[in-house]
Amino acid sequence: MNKAYIFIFGGSSTILLSIFLFVLVPRIQVQKINEAQMSAQAPYTEIQKLGRHVYIEYGCIYCHSQQVRDPSAGADKYFGWGRASLPSDYIYDKPHLLGTSRTGPDLSNIGSRQPSREWLHLHFYNPRLLVSWSIMPGFPFLYDVTESAQAPSDKAIKIPGEENKWITPHPKAEELVEYLLSLKRDRDPVLHTEAK
Amino acid sequence: MNAQVIFLTLTFAISVLGMMAFVIALIQKQVLVPPSAASSIFAANEEGSPELDDRSQLSEKWRMLDQSAKGPILFFIFSSVVWLVIGSLLGLLVSIKFNDPNFLGVRDFLTFGKLRPLHLNIVTYGWLSFAGLGISLWLVPRLTKVPLQSKNILYVAGVLWNLGVTLGSIGILYGYNDGLEWLEFWWPFDILLAIAGGLIAIPLFRTVFLSREKHLYVTMWYTICALIWFPVLFIIGNCHFLHSGVEQAISNWWFAHNVLGLWVTPLGLGMIYYLIPKITGFPIASYQLSLFGFWGLALFYSQVGAHHLLGGPIPTWVANLSIVMSVGMVIPVVTVAINHHVSTYRHFRVLKDSVVLRFVVFGAMMYTLSSLQGSLHSLRPINYVTHFTHWTIAHAHLGLYGFTTMVFFGGIYFALPRLVGRDWPRPWLLNWHFWIASSGVLIYTIALGIGGVLQGLELQNPNGSFEASVKVTVPYLIIRSVGGTLMLISHLIMFFNVADLMWPRKKEQAHE
Repeated sequence: MNKAYIFIFGGSSTILLSIFLFVLVPRIQVQKINEAQMSAQAPYTEIQKLGRHVYIEYGCIYCHSQQVRDPSAGADKYFGWGRASLPSDYIYDKPHLLGTSRTGPDLSNIGSRQPSREWLHLHFYNPRLLVSWSIMPGFPFLYDVTESAQAPSDKAIKIPGEENKWITPHPKAEELVEYLLSLKRDRDPVLHTEAK
Repeated sequence: MNAQVIFLTLTFAISVLGMMAFVIALIQKQVLVPPSAASSIFAANEEGSPELDDRSQLSEKWRMLDQSAKGPILFFIFSSVVWLVIGSLLGLLVSIKFNDPNFLGVRDFLTFGKLRPLHLNIVTYGWLSFAGLGISLWLVPRLTKVPLQSKNILYVAGVLWNLGVTLGSIGILYGYNDGLEWLEFWWPFDILLAIAGGLIAIPLFRTVFLSREKHLYVTMWYTICALIWFPVLFIIGNCHFLHSGVEQAISNWWFAHNVLGLWVTPLGLGMIYYLIPKITGFPIASYQLSLFGFWGLALFYSQVGAHHLLGGPIPTWVANLSIVMSVGMVIPVVTVAINHHVSTYRHFRVLKDSVVLRFVVFGAMMYTLSSLQGSLHSLRPINYVTHFTHWTIAHAHLGLYGFTTMVFFGGIYFALPRLVGRDWPRPWLLNWHFWIASSGVLIYTIALGIGGVLQGLELQNPNGSFEASVKVTVPYLIIRSVGGTLMLISHLIMFFNVADLMWPRKKEQAHE
C-alpha cells in the first residue's frame, strides 16, 4: 500500500463535499424558489437570443453587471438601477450574465431606463458622442457610415453634431439593442398561491 | 425524489472516502509525521549546504533523476513561457484600452471585450497551468527517487493542451464563447483540456506508486491533489449547460475560485515547500504544521467561491457559508506563512546568493498577503465596498502574479539549468527580471487597489453619481498600465533567458 492513497481519498472527499454544498444543494433550493413563483420575465425571443450572444461575444459582461443589490449592501437603488434582484428574474438566462464588475453601470433594467433605440445605437457607435466621460469602447465596426443629405434608409440614424453623416446598424448591432431593450427586471414575481 | 437519492448517495460516498482516508492515515502513522521526514529532500550529508542557482553544488545523485523526463518537461516549460509573453501582451493592450478607449478599438478582433477574456484564459490555462505542471512534474522524480514513468504520455498531453488553448483562443475571437467567466473556451475545446489534464495524472501516479520512500514529502501532497482536483473541477465546471440563471452563477463561481484555490495555488505552494528548504539547505521550520496547512486548504478553499456573489440573488446560507470558509482560510494561510517565513528568516543571507530564492520568497510573502486580503474582503462590510470594483482585479493579480507567477519564475530558473545541463549564461539578467517584475506587480496592485476602493466608496454613496465612480479611477488605471508595462518587459527578458539557455549560440557550445 502506498502513502498516496490518503491524498487520493482525502482530496476526492473534500472536492465532493464542496460540489455537494456549492453546486447541488443551491441548485435544488433555487429551483424550488423559482417553482413557487411565476417569474415576471418572459422567455427571450429569437432575435433577443441572438442579441444575448452578441453581448457575450463582445464581452459586455466584463464591465457590466446584471444584478442589483439590496440597499443594505450598496447604493444601487439610488443610482436608479431598480429593486434588488431575485432568483426568478433569471430563469431564462442561459448562460447567466450576472457579472462581477461595474466599470460600467448595471444593466438589469436598461430596457426600462433607456428605451430609445436611437440613443443605444449612437452610444454603441461612439459612447463619447453622448457621454463625454465614458471609457467604454465604441463598436464602429458594427455600423456603416454614409454621407448624404437625406436618410439613406429607414434604419439610418443621423450622427449629432455632424453634417449629413448617418450610421446604419449591422444585424449584430440591431440584435444587441433588441436584447438590451428586453432587460426589464423591475416587475415583481407573483407567488403561485397568491395567483389562485 | 431523484434529488434526494443523489444527495444520499453522495453524502454516503463522501463520508466513506473521508473515513478511509482517516483510517489509512492512522495505519500509516501519517497523522503525526516524524520530523525527520522534513529532511527527506536532502541526500546524505547534503543538509546544511545550500543548492544555489548554478549547478556547482549539484551532487551526481540528482543528475539522473533531474533529466529523467527532459524532453516533455522542456516542452511544457517552453510552451508556458510563450503563452506568458502572448498573454501578458494582451493584458497590457487591455489595460491601455482603459486609458484610451479608442486605442486599437476600430477593429472587431481587437475590441476590449474579446482581448480581456483572451488575456485571462491564456494566462490561466496557457502560462500558469503549463508552468505549474512542468515544474511540479520535474520535482516528482526528486521527491519519489524514481525516474518519471510513461513520460511520452506527457508529449501527447502537452500537444492536446496547447491545441485546446490555441483553438479556444481563436474561438473567442470569432465569437465562440461559452459566456461564463473563467470558462470562456468553447466547450468542444474544453474536452481537449480535460483529456490532457487526465493524461498528465498517469505518469504522476505511476511514478508515485513505484516509490519506496517511507514518507511522501509535503510537495507531493499538493501535486497529487491538484491533479485529482483539476479534472473534476474542469468537468463539473463545464457542465454549466445543465443549469441556468442563479444556479449557474453559483456553480460558475464555485469553479472560478477553485481553479485558483485547488489548481494553481497548490502547485505554487508545493514548489515553495521544496525550493525554500532545498536552496537554503535546511529543512522547513515545522513539518507538523504543514499538515494543517494542507488539509486546511483542501477543506476551506474548496468552499469559498460564492463570496463573488455577495449581495446578489443567492440563498443567504450559501453566501454565509462561503464567508465562514473564507475566514477559515486564515488557519492554513497562517500555518503555511509561519513555515515559509520562519524558514527563510533563519537563513536570510542565502537570498544574497540565489536569485531563485528571491523569486520564491517574494512569492511566499505575496501568498500570505493576498490570502489574508481575500479573507478580509469576503466580510460583508468590506465586500460591499470592494465588490464590482477594480480592487478585485488588483487582488487577482496579487495572487496569480505576485504569488504563483513569481514562484513559477523561480521554479523555472531553478529547474532549467538542471534539465538542460548548462548554467544560465547571464545570471545578472535573472536578477533584472526579478526586480522589474516585482516592482511592476507592486505598482500594479497598489495603484489599482487604491483606485478600486475609491471607486467602491463612490458606488456606496447614495448622493453620488456613477460618473464620479468612473472618473475617480482614471489616474490609477494609468499607473496600472505602467506596472503592466514593467511586467511585460520582465517577461521578454525571461523569454530571452530561456531561449538563450535552450539554444546556445555555437561559440558558447564550443566552450563547454
